[in-house]
Amino acid sequence: MATRASPSSSSAGLFTTRRKLADRIGDPLLWGLAGLASVFGVGLLVWIAITVFQKADPAIVKYGFGFLVSKGWDPVAEHFGALDFIWGTLESSALALIIAAPISIAIALYLTELASHTVRRPIAILVELLAAIPSVILGLWGILVFGPFLNDHLEPALQNVLGWIPLFSGTPSPYGMLNAALILTIMVVPIVSAIAREVFETTPHDLKEAAYALGATRWEMVRMVILPYGRAGVTGAMILGLGRALGEAIAVTQVIGNTPGIHVSLFAPAASLAAQVASEYQGATTRLQASALIYLAAILLVISLIVNIVARLIVRRSAVHP
Amino acid sequence: MSGKPIDGPPPLLLTGTPGERRRRLVDKLMTLLARLAAWLAVAVLAIVVGSVFVKGIGAFNLDFLTKNPVPFGQTGGGIADSIVGTAILVALATVMAVPIGFLIAIYTSEFARPSVANTVRFALDILNGIPTIVIGIFVFGVLVAGHTQSGFAGAVALAIVMLPLTARSAHEVLTLFPSSLREAGLALGLKRWRIVLRIMLPTAAGGLITGVVLGIARIAGETAPLLFTTSIFSNFGITTNVSQALPNIPVTIFTLSESPSPADHEQAWAAALLLILMVLILSVVARTFHERSRNRLRG
Repeated sequence: MATRASPSSSSAGLFTTRRKLADRIGDPLLWGLAGLASVFGVGLLVWIAITVFQKADPAIVKYGFGFLVSKGWDPVAEHFGALDFIWGTLESSALALIIAAPISIAIALYLTELASHTVRRPIAILVELLAAIPSVILGLWGILVFGPFLNDHLEPALQNVLGWIPLFSGTPSPYGMLNAALILTIMVVPIVSAIAREVFETTPHDLKEAAYALGATRWEMVRMVILPYGRAGVTGAMILGLGRALGEAIAVTQVIGNTPGIHVSLFAPAASLAAQVASEYQGATTRLQASALIYLAAILLVISLIVNIVARLIVRRSAVHP
Repeated sequence: MSGKPIDGPPPLLLTGTPGERRRRLVDKLMTLLARLAAWLAVAVLAIVVGSVFVKGIGAFNLDFLTKNPVPFGQTGGGIADSIVGTAILVALATVMAVPIGFLIAIYTSEFARPSVANTVRFALDILNGIPTIVIGIFVFGVLVAGHTQSGFAGAVALAIVMLPLTARSAHEVLTLFPSSLREAGLALGLKRWRIVLRIMLPTAAGGLITGVVLGIARIAGETAPLLFTTSIFSNFGITTNVSQALPNIPVTIFTLSESPSPADHEQAWAAALLLILMVLILSVVARTFHERSRNRLRG
């Protein structure tokens, strides 16, 4: 291209010199900019961690690690502890995952093994759209529609049948742990099922056919081939879903009740790390309270970093995203 | 599925030994459960979207879209200021996140050694996993603490949420770029940067735009990053000044939903209807487009 003949040789010469110059800077420039952007992306992660810990420092200095295991949140007496919130975060996310895991795996199996070609894509898209609903809208629905339904129907029904289990004792309430866990379930299902579907789709056809050839029913094929083959990937997917649930602030703060305390009953109001941070966004009056709030965010950051790193390592090793 | 003998043994439940009958029964049961799970997810989507529609449509009218909020206690008014604010926040965040995201994707798909590219992508995946409320706290610490809340700070927080999404989707599109095209360019004596800018990006444009649109759909509804950066509004009415806190749709829904007044709830539902329509339309359009551009790239 550079040596193409041109009607006017002098302008062609100028054209090629300029072109050579551009080519000489072009490559290193693009390489440099792209590299710089990547360094920035990685550095951002470190910057976020450092800033959050710096801002939490006054509370970290004052309360130390005892903060992690002390209960109560009293801004007036300046008594702050994270245990109620850590517990609330772990309980709500674990419950959500316990409910979401079997449903997500079933959806993924339906989409890979059962659905006909005509409904497969539409249903896959609909399930993924569930993840696109903004959390503030899910939370709005959670307080105004789902909460009253829990209070009037689902919780009394659960109590009638399973009331002898302490988890289902206590007075029904529109806000609380159960509402939060179920709203989180709705958020986690599309994430886990999408990754599980990708995992299941990588199962080699000859293995599946071998199982059928041995006379297995479809479920036996799933149990003996697809599930063992995808175990690592599905585990990773579930941990990623857990990470999503742990960090959800808005929807949880709308439905959990924001009342620090550890209760056996799932109907009782509770609180979580992210929800507490979100709920006090206007309310931190003293520097220490603000710093204690950011200490909560720092704990959340550490938990979610660990969970996400573990999940990504597992998903990556199972080679879902080659 | 019972009409398809190819998928398994004959569908008759009453033939064979008791053991075979039990196995077939379990198979039927599991098939049923998987179907139920899929329909449950679709039903939940329908119920949530349906509730928003039914409860939001009452207050959803031209006044709602074009008027500003009225002082507390009065009825009527709209969310025009929040619509403008969200548009500014999302546009600003997109302008910040997309160039950096594309550059990262060019680096990981074109320039970096596989080990380096994997490290960068891993870091971005982790960044994507950071709770958005923590990102809000980070931007609060860097840009708001000691100053005031601002639309700019909100846009930065949204850009941080969008960056890993854009970089990842762009990387996935760019790695589909056929090596035959790259080699054709190299054989003609083209330099790397020309191949990237003149051949690679235009060829992948459809997929790149899809990724950006999905990113926009995601950040348009994000509330948590905005709570600490642009949630306390000093003045009523439409503002375009990004050095002040900008009213926006997600935070408006959030504060209205926490209010005890039914009139506020009605406004919250109408605002939710607007937001959900925007987000769902963007997502559906992007996904349909995605399939098409992917198929074209794969030839």
